[in-house]
Amino acid sequence: MAKITAGVATSHVPAIGAAIDNGKTQDAYWQPLFAGYDFGKEWIKQQKPDVVILVYNDHASAFDMNIIPTFALGCAPTFAPADEGWGPRPVPSVMGYPELASHIAQSVIQQDFDLTIINQMDVDHGLTVPMSLMFGQPEAWPCRVIPLAVNVVLYPAPSGKRCYNLGKAIRKAVDSFDEDLNVQIWGTGGMSHQLQGPRAGLINKEFDNAFLDRIVDDAESLADMPHFDYLNQAGSEGVELVMWLIMRGALNDKVKLKKRFYHVPASNTAVGHLILEND
Amino acid sequence: MSLAKPYKNIPGTTIFDAEMGRLGYHLNQFCMSLMKAENRARFKANERVYLDEWPMSEEQKLAVMARDYNRMMATGGNIYFLAKIFSSDGLSFQFAAATMTGMSQPDYAQMMLQGGRSPQGNMYEGDI
Repeated sequence: MAKITAGVATSHVPAIGAAIDNGKTQDAYWQPLFAGYDFGKEWIKQQKPDVVILVYNDHASAFDMNIIPTFALGCAPTFAPADEGWGPRPVPSVMGYPELASHIAQSVIQQDFDLTIINQMDVDHGLTVPMSLMFGQPEAWPCRVIPLAVNVVLYPAPSGKRCYNLGKAIRKAVDSFDEDLNVQIWGTGGMSHQLQGPRAGLINKEFDNAFLDRIVDDAESLADMPHFDYLNQAGSEGVELVMWLIMRGALNDKVKLKKRFYHVPASNTAVGHLILEND
Repeated sequence: MSLAKPYKNIPGTTIFDAEMGRLGYHLNQFCMSLMKAENRARFKANERVYLDEWPMSEEQKLAVMARDYNRMMATGGNIYFLAKIFSSDGLSFQFAAATMTGMSQPDYAQMMLQGGRSPQGNMYEGDI
């Protein structure tokens, strides 16, 4: 049977991708950030996931203002890195897993989550930066990926509770897939940041650290936090953190914390990273 | 009975909600057009002529030409779409963010290195 064994949370700042692609990871500015991912790179070599369900958001790359799906599940066999205006990142294409993806779509729609099914989509830094942070710069990615794109650009994003419960529905779906697969789920984006307006540059370490605490062992009540608190306390783009709750909802109620990392700044953003294993 | 929008009280912040998305539809789609090199070239050759091909408001067009990102946000622009404009100009997110705060880019970058803008005094503290 397929089994979700672990979850990874990480920010997906585009400047991190640029630092990797331009060989700047050992620069004084970037070195402390990348050091925070050394553990994860070793850990994932041991874990060898077959598939990662990667929760992220598109940033006006695959989706424009014409169609804005709240939850879009990538069911294609491959996803190319998007050209975000300066050429695609020099990273491999992502290999999907259409059999498992379509199984998840059918299962979660029948559990009342009305996903949009996507059979053609380029993936932007929201997906490829986490891949680079965890896998480095291989010729080909070592596992398959099912992208789950969440709208957090046009307000309102789905609520934290909705995300958490979608995670639970995904867990059920994976559990009912017959193939023996080691599946991970990643939640990406955040932490506190605001990229716009006179308040741009907002960072809230207290909020972020409380979020990192609570998502481990108080996730059920964390999921009740209203959008307003994210926007007000963690910045207009900090609302991306609801995506971490999809990851958390798909794990056991009790998890083992294997890694916790927090760093400010990466460009305009506070970076958070967690590795959680199912007990 | 109207929808509650408590986020309108957050200082220095425009939330890109469904209403703003409606106002900014053509502005944001214009931004998306800059993903194509030939469109960037045409825009740069004559910004006014290119903008006049889009059913945007005069205020939106003037804001684009002035690179007034706060004005673009106020008239329905979203930052991830507006990023196509400053990327076409060869400028970074940090540059654009700095211009919206009224700080110089070096001052803004220094603020980020020192841990970013403090939430103290920058959040809405009233009832919602």
